[in-house]
Amino acid sequence: MSAVILAQEALSRTESGVVNAFFAVLAIVAVVAALKMVTSNNVVHAALYLLVVLSAVAGVYVILGAEFVAATQVLVYLGAIMVLLLFGVMLTRAKIGAETDLDNEQRWIGALVGLGMMAVMSYSLWEGFGDDKLPDSMVPQTTQAVSDSIFGTYLVPFEALSLLLLAALIGAVVVARRD
Amino acid sequence: MFAAEAAETAVSWFYTHAWVIPALPAASFVLILFFGKRLPFKGAEIGITAVAAAFVLAVLTTFTWIGDVQAEIASHEEGVTTEEHGTTEGGTTEEEAPATSSEEEGLSSGEQAAPAIPAAEEEEEGAHATRGAPIVTERTWFSNGADTFRIGTLVDGQSVMLLFVVTFISLLVHVYSTDYVHGDRRYTHFFAFLSLFTAAMLYYVLSSNTLQMIMGWELVGVCSFGLIGHWWEEKANSDAALKAFFTNRVGDIGLLVGMITLYFASGNTFDVVEINSKAISGETSHTALLVASLCLMAAVMSKSGQFILHTWLPDAMAGPTPVSALIHAATMVVAGVYLIGRLYGVFWMGLSIPGSSINAMAAIGAVTTVGGGLLAFVQRDIKKVLAYSTVSQLGYMVTALGVGAYTAGMFHLFTHAFFKACLFLGAGSVSHACHHSFDMKADMGGLRKYMPKTFATFIIGSLALAGIPPLAGFWSKDEILVGTGVFPGTDGNGTYWMPFIFGMITAGLTAAYMTRTIWLTFFGEYRGHAHPHESGPRITTPLIILAFMAVVVGFLNLPEPLVSTLGLPEGWAIRFEEWVEPGGIASFPAIGHASASLPLALLASALAVLAGFLAWRYYQALYAKDPHAAEYTDGLRSRNSLAAAGYKVLDNKYYLDHLYTGIIAGATKGPIASAAYWINQNIIDGIINVAGKFSVGLGRFVYHFIDQGMVDQAVNASGQTASGSGQFLRRIQTGQIRQYATLMFGSAALLVAVFIIAI
Amino acid sequence: MYLNQFLILAAALFCIGVYGVLARRNGVLVLMSIELILNSVNINLVALSAMNGDVAGQVFALFVIAVAAAEVGVGLAIVLLIYRNRRSIDIAEANLLKG
Repeated sequence: MSAVILAQEALSRTESGVVNAFFAVLAIVAVVAALKMVTSNNVVHAALYLLVVLSAVAGVYVILGAEFVAATQVLVYLGAIMVLLLFGVMLTRAKIGAETDLDNEQRWIGALVGLGMMAVMSYSLWEGFGDDKLPDSMVPQTTQAVSDSIFGTYLVPFEALSLLLLAALIGAVVVARRD
Repeated sequence: MFAAEAAETAVSWFYTHAWVIPALPAASFVLILFFGKRLPFKGAEIGITAVAAAFVLAVLTTFTWIGDVQAEIASHEEGVTTEEHGTTEGGTTEEEAPATSSEEEGLSSGEQAAPAIPAAEEEEEGAHATRGAPIVTERTWFSNGADTFRIGTLVDGQSVMLLFVVTFISLLVHVYSTDYVHGDRRYTHFFAFLSLFTAAMLYYVLSSNTLQMIMGWELVGVCSFGLIGHWWEEKANSDAALKAFFTNRVGDIGLLVGMITLYFASGNTFDVVEINSKAISGETSHTALLVASLCLMAAVMSKSGQFILHTWLPDAMAGPTPVSALIHAATMVVAGVYLIGRLYGVFWMGLSIPGSSINAMAAIGAVTTVGGGLLAFVQRDIKKVLAYSTVSQLGYMVTALGVGAYTAGMFHLFTHAFFKACLFLGAGSVSHACHHSFDMKADMGGLRKYMPKTFATFIIGSLALAGIPPLAGFWSKDEILVGTGVFPGTDGNGTYWMPFIFGMITAGLTAAYMTRTIWLTFFGEYRGHAHPHESGPRITTPLIILAFMAVVVGFLNLPEPLVSTLGLPEGWAIRFEEWVEPGGIASFPAIGHASASLPLALLASALAVLAGFLAWRYYQALYAKDPHAAEYTDGLRSRNSLAAAGYKVLDNKYYLDHLYTGIIAGATKGPIASAAYWINQNIIDGIINVAGKFSVGLGRFVYHFIDQGMVDQAVNASGQTASGSGQFLRRIQTGQIRQYATLMFGSAALLVAVFIIAI
Repeated sequence: MYLNQFLILAAALFCIGVYGVLARRNGVLVLMSIELILNSVNINLVALSAMNGDVAGQVFALFVIAVAAAEVGVGLAIVLLIYRNRRSIDIAEANLLKG
């Protein structure tokens, strides 16, 4: 956590050109790793590429001044969810090696749909937010502000969410139980 | 002690701490639940203590309120009488205002002319220019995003009145129950539920926003469900509980929809005062108010047993008698009436009550009075007679509110609570003596010799119910009949012929069926096989207290002409109206008041006496032949085919139950199951392709239609299209989630593209 | 820094995720792709939060992370169930909805 804050402080002192370069590196890493993930022939490799993507996204959060979200991303996604996914790989006894038929015959249609969505989204984003710039003196939102908001303004969604987690827990146990 | 201190401060301690009153029984509920069984009196003592404390607080609050209102009236008489307020623009009549209320009327019209008072400033405004402004004590409950939800209490005349009634009757019922359900296997549970009910009802009554009202409303419903099914081992009882619950569910949908409509229509607020103010000032659209009031009317119909949703109320008599008295006669069932009064601005504007001659509320109420009254004739079960009588009287209250006679409706609620509780507890006392049977024909008769106290109190209650002067029911019923504005010289808020006629009919019916009940129960020869005896003091004392109240409470609202005629002190007139009905505030409509009419009072009373007399002669003659017969074969209905047909309809309760369970439920149950199956088979599978199916069908239809140009061929073609496209689409249904997802994302991308190009 | 650089990164990750969902056979891989989609949404939320100086976006990003955790739990349970019943996690074989 302190590393994140240090990085945050370092970023806030650096010039925007440096930050932009940092972002470019993260973005390229994220996109390339994501592409590798969806094309990899090895389930475990795909999981590791996902790890890379998620770490890069955490870096993007740091750039955006969302230190707490970045920390949560690392803890929950990289820690818990990745382990869960690897357990899933293990329990379903996928081969720990290359497989040839991980993609289905529909992949070209999928690629077409993906590219189509990318096209319309990029176009509308350019149209919508063409020149919008983030504020220069971006004030990092402190963890305190986030927690005040969660436990004040958004207490009810938070409670609903805790119920959802409970329901998901019970549901997962019921579904996966051997009986 | 508190009152003395509080009187000096601006807002009394009792108003700001009104939450203590529901909190006491709520605490008692928890305590009884956890510790009740280990205590010497099995938890009853906690319940009685808590309710007694709540009662004391409620009485003190009532007196504080009355004192404040009187002070307001006095100060306003000093300050305002010099101003000239000629005619009643706020009211509905164009003539001179009735003498009874010209000052309030004039004042309210003056207030209306001024810019609308914001709800927040009402308290200060209310101090010198108005009367009975609600006192709201609130704090933030929770906030979500930009919306803040508040919780608090609202004290005004209406809630103070209900506080008094609920705590008073609850206390008596608690005492009564210690004897009545003595030795029951769920004695502790019973008292816990009574406490919970009392807490829920008080909470409902004190709600300052509609969200709290919904909570209280549902809570009392749950308590009602639990207490009707108190002896759930018998299937009839648990069925009755379920019926009550489900029928109320129907209305609860209306409640939710209505409250949500009001929330959005009044600019995102749940606040009762604000909703009313905005409705009256015209800020809320009339359409929204109409929709909301009709939806809320459904809720009122279910909770307050209004016609066609009343069927649960007589069945609810399966519960223990004290419960029937407290919940299904005096308090919970008036929650609907209370709802109307609480949101009176909404109903007033939504249903256009002033100046019209009919509206949904008045019509429903009027039909209910007569429908319930007729049904009371064919019951063997003494509690069911009283239950239908409750339905009928609730109809009166709704009628009164529907014709704009607010005070009359509230006053009838008030008086009815006492005499109906008295009657129910009396019926319980009778059944206590007769081996817990409620069958008047088989197990009762001639009981006046065995149980004089019960007899006397029951007679008083019945006379009050039948509206015989000068008992309580007479005054309130007379006000309702006056309030319809039909009788010459009454000048109500409109000319409501139908409610008037139905009200008059019911005045006669009530007297007749109560005479029948009294005759079957207390006169003639004893037909049962038990050894009837008078009940113990814990049962008779509440009866006597309630009978006393049934005699005196009517004098709280003497009409002004009567007071001046009899030369009584001026302060005796329309007390109740001054205490309960707010005047000249933004959150309450400017109501015109009908003036009392002596001929009408005489006519209604004569009708009641005549009907009672006829019924008396009929039953006397009927039982003269064989005083011990449990069932009669040569009564009116065996001699007259019309009467027999009428009896059959009534005996089947207008076939409403058949309609609900046989036709509606039966007809939907099967089809719903098969429809669900069909949807499973067809729709869910095809949902992604519905648009495609539709456009293919439409395209072919248009093609054939234009091409062939003939309707019959087009019809044939569309049939072929349906089967053809079905065959074609069947192949798309691969069951592959992936394909469905592809279609979904692809369509989404296409749609976005369409939007980008089109816009 | 332009706002768009974040939004387009998010869009790219989203589309890659969609491709993954559509093109992959393995249930676990489909779940991973869904995680990618959820992350791209989070980038949007956080970027717009920074743009507007409002903390609400971050709060909802956190909520999305929590929902994602629940989603993975239930999703993996379903994949396990399919695997146990069919000895395969090829979601193409889960085609009981075939018409």
